[in-house]
Order: sequence, then C-alpha cells, then structure tokens
Amino acid sequence: MPTEDRKDPAAPAVRFERVTKRFGDHTVLDGLDLEVGRGERVTLIGPSGSGKTTILRLLMTLERVTDGLVLVDGQPYSHMPRGAGGKLVPADERHLAVLRRRIGMVFQQFNLFPHMSVLENVVEAPVHVLGEGREEARRRARDLLDLVGLGDKAEARPTRLSGGQQQRVAIARALAMRPEILLLDEVTSALDPELVAEVLDVLRDIARNTDITLLCVTHEMGFARDVSDRILMFDRGRIVESGPAGELLESPTHARTRAFLGSVR
Amino acid sequence: MADFPAELRRALPRLAEGLLVTAEATVLGAALALLLAYVLGLSSRSARLPVRGAARFVVEFFRGTSLYVQLFWLFFALPMVGFRLEPLACAVLALGLNYGAYGAEVVRGAITAVPRAQTEAGIALGMGPALRLRRVVLPQAHALMVAPFKNLLVQLLKATPLLSLVTVPDLTFQIDQLRSATGATAASYLLLLGLYFAMAVGLSLLMNALERVAKARLGQEGGA
Repeated sequence: MPTEDRKDPAAPAVRFERVTKRFGDHTVLDGLDLEVGRGERVTLIGPSGSGKTTILRLLMTLERVTDGLVLVDGQPYSHMPRGAGGKLVPADERHLAVLRRRIGMVFQQFNLFPHMSVLENVVEAPVHVLGEGREEARRRARDLLDLVGLGDKAEARPTRLSGGQQQRVAIARALAMRPEILLLDEVTSALDPELVAEVLDVLRDIARNTDITLLCVTHEMGFARDVSDRILMFDRGRIVESGPAGELLESPTHARTRAFLGSVR
Repeated sequence: MADFPAELRRALPRLAEGLLVTAEATVLGAALALLLAYVLGLSSRSARLPVRGAARFVVEFFRGTSLYVQLFWLFFALPMVGFRLEPLACAVLALGLNYGAYGAEVVRGAITAVPRAQTEAGIALGMGPALRLRRVVLPQAHALMVAPFKNLLVQLLKATPLLSLVTVPDLTFQIDQLRSATGATAASYLLLLGLYFAMAVGLSLLMNALERVAKARLGQEGGA
C-alpha cells in the first residue's frame, strides 16, 4: 500500500510514544515519551551517552526503534499501517521516504560531499530528490550560500574550507530541501573555538527568521538559551527535567541538571 | 644465433600481429572483467539474500579455481558438451571471469570504504538507496578503486601468455615461433620479457594518470 500523506494540522510535529532503543544489551532510550510542537525550538542537553543524539538519528531514520512508535505530523513514521486493520509494522524504505523529506539534519562532522563543489552540494538534493529545475536550484542555492555568508565560495571544494565554513555549507544544504523540521546534532562540537560563533550566528538568524521546527543537541548553553523555547535535560535515556530555556538554565530543580550545568559552564 | 637479427626483422610483422592480439585480449578481457566486477561487486552488497548469495558464489568460484584450468575448460571441455568458442573468445571469457571475480572484491571493498557518514548525509537529504549509490558513494569509491584496478590490469596482461596454450597467436606464441626458428632461446625470451615489461609500465603510467584525475575530483590534489 503506498504511503499517503495525511498530515494532521493539529498534531505535534514530532511525537515519540514509549520509544526504546537498544544497541545489543545497551539500552540507550528507555520507553521515552516526547512531543515537539510545530515551530517549537527544543534543545536536548545532558551528558554524552544519555541518548540525545539517538533521538535525532531515530528521527532521521539513521537508526530504527527497538520498540515504541515515532510519529511525524500525527502520522506513523517509524511504522506504517498494513492491511485492512491498519496494523502497524516497521516502516519500509518507501514509507520512510515520504515523511523523511520534511526533516533535515546537520551533523557534527558536516558530512559534505567531497567530490562536489560547494554549490553542487547544495543543488544536489533539490534537483535529484525534489525534481527542481537546475537553474532554479542553482539560484536558490546561491541565495542560501549568501544567507550563510559564503556566496563567494560557491565554486570551492569543501575540503578547501575551514570547519566553520563547511558547517555553514551543510546548513545551507539542509535548508535547500525546505525542511519543516531541522535537526542539529552537536553542530559546533567539531569546530575550533574561534569558529563556533560564525555557525551559531547563522543558526540564530534562521531561528529568528523562519518558523522551522528545531531540535538541537548542543553543549553551547548560551545558544540553547537564545533559540530554545524548551530545554530537555537527559540522563541515561530518560528526561530528567524539562522546562522553558531561561527557567531550566537559571534555576534547575533536579540535582542531576545542576551538576551537569555546573560541568559545562 | 648469428642469423637472429635477420630472423627477427623477418618476423616483425608477425610479432606486431602477436602484440595486437595480446593487446586485444587484454583490453577485451579487462572490459569484461570491469563489467563483471561492477555487477558482482554491487550484487554482493544487495539486501536480497539470493542475489547476494549468487554473487558471492560466483566470485568465490572464479577466484578459487585457477585461470589456467578455467581456460582449458572453456577451450577443451566446453566443445564436448556442444559449445565451441573461438580461441580468443575463450581467452577473453576466462580472463574476464577470473579477473572480474577479483575486481568484484575491489568494487565491494571500495564501496565499503566510503565513510558511512556520506550515506547518512544522503539519507538526511531524502536521497533513496539508488540515488545515494550513484551520486554519493560510487563517485568516491571510484577514486579508491583505481590503484587496486591498476594491479589487476597489469596482472591480467601478464596472464595473457597462457593464451598461447590454447592456440591464440599472441605475442608469446609468435616469439616462441621465432625461438623455434632461430634456436636463440635467450635472446627471444629476453625480448619477450622486455616487451611485457614495457606494456606493463605503459599501463601503470596510464592508470596513475587516471588516479590523479580521480583524486583531484575528490579535492585531494596531488594525490596521497
């Protein structure tokens, strides 16, 4: 049965229902419930290994859930209905392809395509996935490169750019697909300290000027405070504490959160 | 020995023909091997078990049986079950199957060596498996394939003297004729060594140039 797009306008952008993820014997997420509203900006914080990145990777379908259900716009995403009863079975590649298009991701290590120029990196998916005309795609790509301050680097090879520049190209590349949900996975963790600001500034701009749903994993608390509506504190695959950004950062109620914030400041 | 230069001069047209046959067998054999290397290499990464299993079997079979035996089987045994192939066709088929099986491992290895992160970037951009393979993984894998393919190509060239055993009039065959006619064994085989060496060096230089191009495309100017 082909997957139909039945977007529920009232549904949250993302919903995790009792999601468990195990790698072998190691349980990374343990029956997690999570909702992210449309247009909401949510930041996940917590010690490494607490499952934050796994949440993003599950949403990008780079990992599959062990148990539980992920919904996007109210539609089953990790699973798909099959047969007359609509019994949910694990999603196949064709089902994933439909909803996945609404989601974009920026990686810690940029993951630009080294065999393409900067411009080609940004043009690639709009042309070959969305079927956009090459001229239109190139025009939009140039606009996006201007937006991230790299209009003059369009013809350069990614390997010739600094880490901060590469990450800004990766952001432009993700935006070129017009995602409704953007996942940011520790996007400044691989950067030299002096290059962090240029990337975060671009992301602050995007947060300010679009209504894109943002899900970030970061250790940059200043950035988290600036862009987030809500911060979730993770520890060992569970949400320890959650609340509005300012509140959670200023007056965390949970000892675990206090200890973590103390360690990253 | 005294008449070797004269005999050599007289034999030159036949040597040139032999050289051409060797070149033909090498080029056609390599072309078939390259095709099979891709088909088998990609199939051995298929998600479907029967496809993967069949590819693995073919690869292991042709790697695990000698080229010599494969060639003899095609030339001497196949006609007994009703298929007779031209000697050169046997040669091309045997070279293609044997080196295609080794090449399949090169293709598979190169694809595996492209970082998983590249595939993940493709997934994050909504690219399906075929598009990711064609636009993201293979272009990067190609650069990794050139060096091992160069080795295989030179090995294939050096395996072509086997063809003289199934009556293909290649370079080795022609020089052997010259040796019989003159009795100048040392000089004839020295010439043969020199000619194969020159051809191998030529192929190596060609492949090195190809590798520089492939690496430059990945933004690794100068190669590494």
